[in-house]
Amino acid sequence: MTTDPSPVPTPSAPTSPAATDAGTPGKSSSRSTPENRSAPEVLTGSGAILRTLKHLGVTDVFGLPGGAIIPFYDELMAQTDIRHILVRHEQGAGHAAEGYASASGRVGVAIATSGPGATNLVTAIADAYMDSVPLLAITGQVFSTLMGTDAFQEADIVGITMPITKHSILVKRPEDVPAAIAAAYHIASTGRPGPVLVDVTKDAQQNSAPFIWPPKLDLPGYRPITKAHGKQVQAAAQMLVEAKKPVLYVGGGVIRAGASPELLTLAETTGAPVVTTLMARGAFPDSHKQHLGMPGMHGTVPAVLALQESDLIISLGARFDDRVTGKASEFAPNAKVVHVDVDPAEISKIRTADVPIVGDAKDVIADLIVAYEAAAKGGAPGTAGDTTEWWTYLNGLLEEFPLGYTEPADGLMSPQYVIKRIGELTGPEAVYAAGVGQHQMWAAQFIKYERPNAWLNSGGAGTMGYSVPAAMGAKVAEPDRVVWSIDGDGCFQMTNQELATCTINNIPIKVAIINNSSLGMVRQWQTLFYDGRHSFTDLDTGHGTKMVPDFVKLAEAYGALGIRVTSPDQVDAAIKLALETNDRPVVIDFVVSRDAMVWPMVPQGVSNSYVQYAKDHAPTWEEE
Amino acid sequence: MSSHVLSLLVEDKPGLLTRVAGLFARRGFNIESLAVGHSEIDGLSRITIVVDVEDQPLEQVTKQLNKLINVIKIVELDPVQSVHREHLLIKVRVDNTTRSQVLEAVTLFRARVVDVASEALVIEVTGDSGKTQAFLRVLEPYGIKEIAQSGLLAIGRGSKSITERVFKN
Repeated sequence: MTTDPSPVPTPSAPTSPAATDAGTPGKSSSRSTPENRSAPEVLTGSGAILRTLKHLGVTDVFGLPGGAIIPFYDELMAQTDIRHILVRHEQGAGHAAEGYASASGRVGVAIATSGPGATNLVTAIADAYMDSVPLLAITGQVFSTLMGTDAFQEADIVGITMPITKHSILVKRPEDVPAAIAAAYHIASTGRPGPVLVDVTKDAQQNSAPFIWPPKLDLPGYRPITKAHGKQVQAAAQMLVEAKKPVLYVGGGVIRAGASPELLTLAETTGAPVVTTLMARGAFPDSHKQHLGMPGMHGTVPAVLALQESDLIISLGARFDDRVTGKASEFAPNAKVVHVDVDPAEISKIRTADVPIVGDAKDVIADLIVAYEAAAKGGAPGTAGDTTEWWTYLNGLLEEFPLGYTEPADGLMSPQYVIKRIGELTGPEAVYAAGVGQHQMWAAQFIKYERPNAWLNSGGAGTMGYSVPAAMGAKVAEPDRVVWSIDGDGCFQMTNQELATCTINNIPIKVAIINNSSLGMVRQWQTLFYDGRHSFTDLDTGHGTKMVPDFVKLAEAYGALGIRVTSPDQVDAAIKLALETNDRPVVIDFVVSRDAMVWPMVPQGVSNSYVQYAKDHAPTWEEE
Repeated sequence: MSSHVLSLLVEDKPGLLTRVAGLFARRGFNIESLAVGHSEIDGLSRITIVVDVEDQPLEQVTKQLNKLINVIKIVELDPVQSVHREHLLIKVRVDNTTRSQVLEAVTLFRARVVDVASEALVIEVTGDSGKTQAFLRVLEPYGIKEIAQSGLLAIGRGSKSITERVFKN
């Protein structure tokens, strides 16, 4: 009963997960084979989970078993369609599924048992919620008869994750499994993507029911809007034609929507400058002359000031995060705002939009290009805005304030140099997954991104420990790409156990630990804003310390190649060795100066006009 | 700040109320009154919520509520275009000298006595909050021992129904 001795011809999985026919019930009635047309095959709930995942096109899942999900794992073992990667901590499964999704655009799947297994997924689920990652979390739950009795390993994971999921479903009967999993997958991957959790009781996994596919999806309250209102698009196009200081403010939504080709056309058609947020690095090529870089707290001076002094911001899949706007009430005071987002709740949440456009970025940008061309042609002479002066100003900023860094005063290796070399020697086809903190900002700044889905990071939640498991997930999704985890010594110590998973499962990721022996970003704030009182930010992993743990030994213990680099002349050789080593993971311990700081910087809570290029160095800007 | 009455058509699913209430708490909105019950359609419930917010945050809370998968439709009911009612059960202290005065107030407000004891009456009253508050003010001097109050119920005037509008498309 638990296995499928004579597999019936399985329905062909949808080729594109985005185009899964789960959402259009009744379309594939021809799928049943003659012998099961009259009586549908009876499967256990566990079998139904697996069969549903297969029908949805899922090929890889990350998880770790436990008591309440043993029935599922028992059947998982007996099949070959889905590759299961056994992680060492459920948080790793969650971030791996996120990395898998972010690198490929496919839905990532994480599996855990009840209670602590499920709560260990919480951080990754919250992370996926903040960064709109399509994540399907499947958790085991105690027997339905025991729920509510404080049973062993019981936790109300549906309740716990309500604020951090797009949706969650509790399944207590095997017959409800296909519809629940298919609905979860559909919700996770459409509209504004996000995490969806399905909690399946142990009896629902064990008991059997006829497996009916495709299930009927009953979601009367879920109708994501993708096609925008034509009049609004025309209004936006007209404003874009007339603007003298336009900026395309590009957010992660452009990457999730796969709208980079359309964005490139829009930018080149309009000639408008482009800024890409932390979540959107790679959505527009860094090498493009219209690209001003990343805006925000650690953005480039040209990108920050372009937004701040703009007269028209076209926001595409961005959400005016406080790390981008600085003090929101003083953000871009003279700009009109066109806000394009697939989630209506993002529009006018922080900054009131003059033209709100609800729709999928890919469709809206395509429409906007057409509308712009019509408006540019049809406009009365003299109404078109002249952006020459704007570009003169911006090009001046680009020249005066290029991204750069000064060598640390202590003479030790500069972290920016290391990260820059990793990007230069590896190239734009690789995937780069960062942790959170200084190294994340440097990786966003000094690696040049030319394509979407090449840059993975925890942007909204700021989850330390994201990098190693996310890189692992990305490597599983895109095995032919080089995948770098750019991590900090603090972050790495939170989730490095997944190196075991990588070694055992032949997932040869490359980890660059930017080891400044401290919780660097906090230390930077302590240096700048707390009179240099470095309270509990020393990690003793770097120069002049006990170096606990020894990252090279740790790497070797995990079966990875460990390399230590302490001076700039060793950097290239180490990176090249890492790039040549593909039979196991590689960990390079780049022991760098702890005094390097992330610049430029807009101090928290002030206007972006106060952007500092380097310590005590604010650029002059146009007086209003 | 001003009160707004929202009528939500929702799927009757476990945890639905938690999702709605949790969203209000999480986004920092205050629920003044809440009433939940079945709607005219099997499997669907209607929630009437009174929320005290400015217009701008109201738009935000409505959009956030709309993102809940089990919420089908949200309508703000304009006080002029809708009927508002709340229901109160009031236990008021009486004695031989005050009983007749209380009964007179009951008649005046078209309330009803639903339980009688020698030292107290239980009175039910239905109306908009103006009426019920006025009634409470009248009873106050006699000594109100206990109040049980429903959330506000509201429905649009005229022949149109929210459900018809939702399921027509």
